[in-house]
Parts: sequence; C-alpha cells; structure tokens
Amino acid sequence: MDVELLEIRQHLGRFPPFETLSDELLDEVASNVQVAYFKADTDILTLDQELHELCYIRSGAVEVYRRGGELYNRRGEGEIFGQFSLLRNNRVRYPVRAMEDSLIYFIPETVFQHLCQADDDFADFVELQRPRLESVVEEQKKNNDMMITRVRKLVTRYPLMVEASTTVQEAARQITDFQASAVLVLDDPGEEDNPRYTFRDSEERAWQLRGILTDSDFRTRVVAEGLSPETPVGEVVAGNVIAVQSDESVQEAMLVMLRYNIHHLPVMYRRRPVGIVHLSDIIRYETQSSLYLVSNIFHQPNAEGLARLAPDVSAAFVRMVEEGADSRMVGSALSTIGRSFTRRLLELGEERLGPPPVPYCFMAMGSMARNEQSIATDQDNALVLSDDFDPEQHDAYFLELAQFVSDGLDACGYPYCKGDIMATNPSWRQPLSVWKRYFTEWIEQPNPERLLHSSIFFDLDAVYGENVLVEQLQDLVAYQAARHPRFLAAMARNALNRTPPLGFFRTFVMEKDGKHNNSINLKRRGTAPMVDLIRVHALACGSSAQNSFDRLDDIDRTQLLAPGVSDRLRYALEFLSMSRIRHQVIDIQHDQTPDNNIEPENVSSSERHHLKDAFQALSHAQKFLKFRYPMPSRAK
Amino acid sequence: MLMRRRTQIPDWTSYLAHRAAAAQDPRLSRFFTAGAPAPETPIGEAPLVALDMETTGLDARRNSIVSIGLVPFTLGRIAVTERRYWIVRPRRTLNAESVTFHHITHADIANAPELGDILEDLLDALAGRLAVVHYRHIERPFLDVAVKARLGEGVVYPMIDTMSLEARIHRQSLVARFKRWIGRPPASIRLFDSRARYGLPPYQGHHALTDALATAELLQAQIAHHYSPETPVGTIWS
Repeated sequence: MDVELLEIRQHLGRFPPFETLSDELLDEVASNVQVAYFKADTDILTLDQELHELCYIRSGAVEVYRRGGELYNRRGEGEIFGQFSLLRNNRVRYPVRAMEDSLIYFIPETVFQHLCQADDDFADFVELQRPRLESVVEEQKKNNDMMITRVRKLVTRYPLMVEASTTVQEAARQITDFQASAVLVLDDPGEEDNPRYTFRDSEERAWQLRGILTDSDFRTRVVAEGLSPETPVGEVVAGNVIAVQSDESVQEAMLVMLRYNIHHLPVMYRRRPVGIVHLSDIIRYETQSSLYLVSNIFHQPNAEGLARLAPDVSAAFVRMVEEGADSRMVGSALSTIGRSFTRRLLELGEERLGPPPVPYCFMAMGSMARNEQSIATDQDNALVLSDDFDPEQHDAYFLELAQFVSDGLDACGYPYCKGDIMATNPSWRQPLSVWKRYFTEWIEQPNPERLLHSSIFFDLDAVYGENVLVEQLQDLVAYQAARHPRFLAAMARNALNRTPPLGFFRTFVMEKDGKHNNSINLKRRGTAPMVDLIRVHALACGSSAQNSFDRLDDIDRTQLLAPGVSDRLRYALEFLSMSRIRHQVIDIQHDQTPDNNIEPENVSSSERHHLKDAFQALSHAQKFLKFRYPMPSRAK
Repeated sequence: MLMRRRTQIPDWTSYLAHRAAAAQDPRLSRFFTAGAPAPETPIGEAPLVALDMETTGLDARRNSIVSIGLVPFTLGRIAVTERRYWIVRPRRTLNAESVTFHHITHADIANAPELGDILEDLLDALAGRLAVVHYRHIERPFLDVAVKARLGEGVVYPMIDTMSLEARIHRQSLVARFKRWIGRPPASIRLFDSRARYGLPPYQGHHALTDALATAELLQAQIAHHYSPETPVGTIWS
C-alpha cells in the first residue's frame, strides 16, 4: 500500500480516459509511468520522432502543432497527447512543445495497448474522433425514456379494490366516489389458484387478484347482458388477470396493452397490486406532455390565453430533456408547439377580421421550418398570397392579420425578428408569382444580400392556409438550386463565415488566431454553421427535405459525401444540439433566461472532449465544402 | 545569472578509490568499487538516483531511520517502475511527534525488517549511481552512522543536494544577496516551495518515496532552468 505512488494514481484517476478505469488498470498505469520535466518553450515531441509512450500532462500546458508548423491545439493538466502516433506507426505526426513549465508522465506502449484491449471506453477515447462521439450519442439514445423508465413511475395512486362478493352496483358507486375508471376484484385464494397474484394485506389476510372491472365493462358485461345490480362482481370479471410488474419498462407495459387490446393494466409489486395504469397515462408520458400543451393551445379563446401558456412551453421542454429525448424529438416537439401557437393566432385573427379576401399560406422559415426549433428563438415568417392578390384592395387585411399574429407570438415568448423577416414587412407579404421571382433571382444572380435571404428562406414550410402555395416554392428551390453551380458555390462560401472554435483550453475557448473567449455561442459557432453546410449539400442533390437529419438521409442516397461522412456530421450535430439544449435546461432550472451561450468552466471534462470532437468534425466538413463547390469561372 | 563560487570541491574520485581498496565488508567493497560517475561526466549522461529517508528525528546519533525511498532516474526520465521502498524497524522506539510527521506507526514497524537486513539491497540499488537528495545533512549522516553501526565502516560518498543548488540560486547569487541587503526575506528553499518556483505540482510530502520522486523532478527542473545537460556533475555535487 505504501509502495503505491498515490500522487500519480490519484491525479490520473481524476481525468478522462483514466477516470473510468477499474482500480486494477489504474494501478497498472500508475506503477508504470516515467516522468520528465520540460521547461517552457522546449520540445517534448519532435516531428517524425519515434514514440512508444502515451504522454499525460501532470502539470503545465503544451502546444500541439501540425506538420506545417500551424498551431493545432493546446492541452493542459490532465490531458493526453501522442495517442495518434501510438495508434499508427509510432512516428510523431503532431509535434508538441511545452508552453509552460510542464511535468509529463509517460505511459509505456505495452500498458497503453493493454488498456485499449481491456477497456472499451478507453479505446473509444483514444481512437479516432468519430467513434468517440458516436459512442456518446448512442449512449444517450440508449438511456432514452420509454426503454428504461419503470412503469411504477406512471402509478399515481393506490388501486381501488373490492371483494368478489360486492355487488356490481356497490362497485359502480365506489368507482364513482373514488373518481376512478376501474376496480380490482379480490377473492380468497383457492387451491388451484395461480400463486402469482396472491398476497397478504396488512392484517395478514390472504387475497387473490381475480380480475379488473372497468367503466366499459359495466356497459358490455353488466348492462348489455341484462345483469341485475345485485350480481356479485366476482361473477362478472373474467378469470385471467393481465398485469405487469412495477419494475418493467413503460415500453413493455405499452406492448402488453397492445397485445391484449386493453386500456387498463394492473401494476404489481411482487404479488400485490399497487396501481392501475391507463392507456392515456402512457400516451401522456410518451408525448411528454407536449401533446397536451398543443391541445390546450387550440382551446384558447384569445391571444391573452395563449400568452399565459408560455411557461408551459419551458416546462414541457425541461421535462422532455430530463426524460431523455434526443435533439430531433425536442426540435420537432418545440416546432409543433410553435406552429400551434401560430395556427391558433391565425384562426383567432380570421375570426376577428373575417375570412381572407384571397387564399394565402402563412409560411415559417428557419428552425421552425426545419423542425429544429429551440427554446430561445425569434419568429421568422412570411405570407404567400394567391396571385389574385390586389394590394389596393387586399393588403390592409393581410397587414392587420400579420400584425396580430406577430404581436401574439411575441407575447407567447417568440420575440420579433431582429432582421424584420416577418409577414408584417411588405416585402415578405407577396403573391406567389413575386415569391417565385425572388427565389429565381436569388439563385440565378446571387449577391451577398440575396445569399443571406437564401439561407433564411430556403428553409421554408407551410404553417397554415393553402399549403400548395408554399409547396410550389419548395419545389422551385429543390429543382433550381442544384442546377446553378455558381449559386451553390456562393452558398458554400457563405456557410464558411462562421467557424467553429479550435477547442477548449482550461476555462476558455481557443480561436483560430490564438486568441480566446470565455464563452461560446453554441448556435452561432456550432449548430448554425452545421445546418448551413448540410443545407448546401441538400440543395446540391435536389432534396426538398427541410430537417437537417432528413437532408442528411437524402444526401446519403447520392455519392456526394464519402462513406461515413454523413454519420460523422449527424453525430456532431446531435451532440452540439444536445449540449445547447442541456445548457438551456440548466439556465431554466436556475431561473435564468435560456440562451445559446455556454461557459467552458461549466462544461465537464468529458463533454469538453466531445465538443472538441464535434467542432473538429464541423471544421473538416467546412474545408470539404470549399473544395466541393468551387466557384465556376464567369467566362463560360 | 549564477555566480560561480569557488568552493573547494572534494576529490571524490580518489576518496572512493581509496575506500574501495580498504573496505573489509564485501557489500561495502562492491558499493565503493562501483563508484560514482567521474566529475567531468555531463549531468545529462549520469545515472542518478533520488533518495529520501524518514527518520525519528534530526540527529543521526540519537535518532533512527524509519523508511527509505529511492527512484532511479536520468535527466531524461524518472523510472518510477524501478522505485524501491523500505520501512525499517528503528533501534529506538517511535515518539508520538515523529509519527504524526511521517505517518509510519508502531504497527507498521512491528513486522518491518531491521536496517541491517536490507542494507545489501540498499547499497546495491545506490551503487554506481549518483545520489540526489534534498538537504544532504540528513541522508548522508544517517546512512553513514547506520552503516558504521552495523558494518564497522561508514558510507560517505558524493551527492547532489537540490536544496544547496536552490540556495546557490536563491541565497548566494548576486540578486539574492542584493535582495537580502534591501531587507527582503530570503526565498524558501524547502522542497515544497522550491518545486512551486518551477511550476511543479504540490505533492503530499513526508513519504520517502514521494519525496524521492519530488526531488528527482526538482533536479530535472533546476538543470532545465539554470544549467544544461552538459554541466559536469563535479560542479554541482557536494
């Protein structure tokens, strides 16, 4: 025990990938390290040097360079380097220099190889970025609600139970008093009874669960059969009890209900009934309350009522995330909620202003159109009017309608668009033919302003009204964009404007120019550039999908990206989106306005590593974009 | 810059040769024959061994060794794998004060070997390597007294003392003397404080093995900052 070098072991044990190692493996690492001190500005690893050790920074900080001498990364206490050389050919590809006075632990290659074999997490961590990020996203999916949540979570109260000799009338009365919709029927256990459902109550009396009598049983088995109110319930319930154990998953309970076509399911703890789950409990759970919120939205009589639902949106959001929804589930639920607010406001607007003078379609752009809405989001919308539209005659109506919707959305927590991309802006309240002209101009003669519009308007979807008006625009974009390489090249350049940060270093974010930031806007530097670049590829392959993941599916059907690339993008987008979502949940839980910023000091070391990987994947993808969509020469 | 002080450097080479010839005990004879690196050996090429002892007190005549830790190293690498550590049973009983200091208790010692039993291992581990200690006035006399008591002949041999190197830089340099002259307190040259000056992490002290490791790291840092791998060992040993 005294011989163990606790200093080394304890330090290693605090940082990934060592923090999750078993004690035996950690001992093996700690007892095999070699140590060396490097003064600031001295080389630790030089290019093409032979390397047979993994390097671990015990104190200090280092800079990692590319072959060309360009700064690649900075690493600090508890971080490793040299693993790529060990995994490839034992030659140093990324030279490393001490940035501060540093103490480095060297872990022999034999130990490193053993760790890779013995511990999958370690192997994932040190291998290429892709598998590391992939395994995290898969892990988060695995933890998803339905599969792991126990059905006991849905049980809210003790079941109503009666003896078999109770009359159906008395049972009905108790159900009514209890405000229940079913009752369990108990009897003395008999000789041949299934011991699965026998139990003793608190007075040590033995009982046998005979069956369940539901509201609808009173109709079908009592009244329709013409039974007397005096009939004992024991004669009415069927013999076979279908029940689930309280520690089974919600998913399992749902499957049982589907298999037996039943709406009520007794829940047992060992052999004792502890509750009854109704199908609606499962549906409510499955939809994580957002469906209920949506139906509530459609029942509001006025805009004020809608505004009062705003807090429910963040509550539904927090719950969804806590119960393990992935970014697609969250994005689509929030978009549905946003659309529902918009639709209800349009219905209320039409009630007030009368029917529209010409057909129209209210269109959403940006994240709502992509079904990727988040909790902190502005409104982006427009009106596509029928070509019968006559401004003189009709525009007053549509302006008023647009104003009503826009004000209403603002009151519901969707602030006005800072760029004035709203139906209240006359430019964005136009007949279909004008929209077609806009879109064609943007594609055929791109300039910076038009490109900006393209990146906003080319995520578009119908929310309410004559959907066909918006569908024609979607078709136009999908058809035209792919045929205009100059437009694609310009969009690709545009998608490179926002670059991911280089990485994390201690409590700040590294920028490409070597400067650093103490907070990072995950939308501006992560999800938005990712969405931009996926859009360019999607336009190039003629996809009319709006959702980024759907677009990646469409891109997969072509040979546009090398095998595996779209998966890498999918995992990176999912990880960036979920990080953003999780930090917004934390903001809400701390009574702060959720935003898109995260501070590196609030990021756990493993999340930090995964964010680095995701940014790296984005950066690679951006480089490819420039190469894939070159600007064609003007002389043709 | 460092001020080169003309201290008289002991002629360790001839002393060791003399002892090798005169030693009666085969263990000592082997130890002295292995000798120490020649004084002109560059420190970057010298085989080194960091040595630390925990003792029951500071006086070698009245107190005893309770534990010894050593870590072989070079300027390039500290070989933690080759570390050695012994707890030994002191001749005198432990007092409560020293127990709180080094955390070695009566129970640890009850079954521990006597220093005489491990002496051969210890001398073999030190042989041929230049010992590096922090404050040689503990390790050198304790080892000398303990060996003399058991083998009839003592062991004195060259050591690099990281504390005296630190003192040369922070106590005896021109800048240090100027600072003292204007009334600034002298820099602490204790192991913990010395390490902090080189950005070395704080370790839980007073375990012979951890302190030996800490001393080896400190020497690497001192050489990196104030000397060079070409510095002859003869200019820094004492």
